[in-house]
Amino acid sequence: MNDYLEIFNLKKVYPSAKGPQTIVQGFNLKLRKGEFVTVIGHSGCGKSTVLMMVAGLSTITDGGIVLAGKELDGPGPDRGIVFQSPSLLPWMTAKENVMLGIEQVFFTAEKEERELIAEYYLTVVGLADSMHKKPGELSQGMRQRVGIARAFALKPKMLLLDEPFGMLDSLTRYELQAVLLELWRKNKITAMMVTHDVDEALYLSDRIVCMTDGPEAGIGDILEVNFPRPRDRKAVMEHPDYYRLRAHLIEFLEVHAHKKKPASTVPAASPAVAVAA
Amino acid sequence: MKETLRKLDFLLLPLLGAAVITGLWYFSSATWAGDLPNPTKTWTESKPYVLDPFGKRGEMDQGILRFTWLSLILVAKGYSIALILGTPIGFFLGLSKTFTKAFDPIIQILRPVSPLAWLPLGMVLFAKVKGVNISEMAALFTIALCSMWPTVLNTAVGVRAIPTDYMNVARVLKLSRWKTLTKVMIPATLPYMFTGFRLSLGIAWLVIVAAEMLTGRPGVGGFLWQQYNALVYEQIILCILTIGLVGFVLDRLMSVVERRFKTA
Ligand SMILES: Nc1ncnc2c1ncn2[C@@H]1O[C@H](COP(=O)(O)OP(=O)(O)OP(=O)(O)O)[C@@H](O)[C@H]1O
Ligand SMILES: [Mg+2]
Repeated sequence: MNDYLEIFNLKKVYPSAKGPQTIVQGFNLKLRKGEFVTVIGHSGCGKSTVLMMVAGLSTITDGGIVLAGKELDGPGPDRGIVFQSPSLLPWMTAKENVMLGIEQVFFTAEKEERELIAEYYLTVVGLADSMHKKPGELSQGMRQRVGIARAFALKPKMLLLDEPFGMLDSLTRYELQAVLLELWRKNKITAMMVTHDVDEALYLSDRIVCMTDGPEAGIGDILEVNFPRPRDRKAVMEHPDYYRLRAHLIEFLEVHAHKKKPASTVPAASPAVAVAA
Repeated sequence: MKETLRKLDFLLLPLLGAAVITGLWYFSSATWAGDLPNPTKTWTESKPYVLDPFGKRGEMDQGILRFTWLSLILVAKGYSIALILGTPIGFFLGLSKTFTKAFDPIIQILRPVSPLAWLPLGMVLFAKVKGVNISEMAALFTIALCSMWPTVLNTAVGVRAIPTDYMNVARVLKLSRWKTLTKVMIPATLPYMFTGFRLSLGIAWLVIVAAEMLTGRPGVGGFLWQQYNALVYEQIILCILTIGLVGFVLDRLMSVVERRFKTA
């Protein structure tokens, strides 16, 4: 098998006031090379926890993660990370933020070459004119663009995205989804993304992983999304399978919603399904 | 008419305040505080020091700005020592729980000790060290020790407050310790450090007077104490005003610098 990322029996226990709490248990997932997988699930179920463990930023209680044949141990620049807040260093310009990583990864390259890499990726995400601005002078969307450029510029083995567009208005979100998809397609990077947005998941993914509610959350369902690539948002939404898949996802979320209060995004989306169904 | 008056508030009200205080001063020196020279007498006696601010008639008889300059140099030296020692100590405190547990109690105990108490210890410390000016060393020791704490404590708070996001960037990129320090931790802590630097400067200036008084070094504080001992009371108020003004200007300058780093 050409599995690239393998997550075996992943478990996470957090200490809490009421003693140790098992947040995630028995999480098994394999990603093929170049595959785009999104993870959806209710707020607090443990999506970020799983992603943070893959990133190496959170310790693994039990189980293991293998990336490209090597068991992961701690964080590293081989995994490009884009989180909800882009966590840029505010005292550096957009370009310097990207350069910081490039200098670490391509330390053998000439300085000019490294600058070209940074400039290339910043231009691709649409920041050619703003690369010398500091994060404070950039809009939310522009900052997230820098975050995306930084992640891709390091030529990582894989991309980890945790609700990267969660804080953006829908117009900017659409724009950046397209930017991300284009970069992903050209760079053939394996990607794992957490989102709350069902439409976003359908537009971007090859597979959608639905997580069950915590505690002891695991994988409830995996959905194959076979829309042709390269994708166009309109074509995707007009695809005959679109509403069937969408309804399936929402049903999954709503069934598990009975255990807990529903996440805020779910009820907002459900009327549209009712109409379509 | 009322409008124009309100616009001049910023000028008129402080003048009014000063007038009230001057009035109280006249009143006090005329009534219950018999030894206190009144404002007119203070001014006439202080004139030579103010109008010839850089004059030097003797070691302890110099123009007021010349004295100020001497004091400022001493403060600059002691303050530099405070920053050079205080910043790294603050970093260690912020970084290491063990270090904090070991040294925080002693810091909390040493912090409130008055400069008047440190100075004799300084004199004792440097008494047998060859080739140094004992009184200067004791003064520097006192200034550095007293003014260090805000820098130490604010730096420590700043280091503890570095957002996890920033540290995660360093971890993901596998930055070396040195790069993590210079590219992430120090820039993230700078705003806190500068708050500490500003407060430290205020204390350093406060301590100078005590240090000069006890060591008899020339400077605003030394001059004040000497005039008092010589039963010449007119220049005491001149010295107090000078000390206050200089302190105010230093604080303003530092807050300009501080604000620059806050926005960065
Ligand atoms: N550092 C921590 N210590 C203790 N418990 C934690 C910690 N981080 C997360 N948790 C708990 O783990 C559970 C899962 O959190 P996680 O952030 O992974 O959820 P999520 O699925 O990403 O939610 P959201 O969709 O709201 O981002 C939550 O119940 C949370 O309270
Ligand atoms: Mg999350």
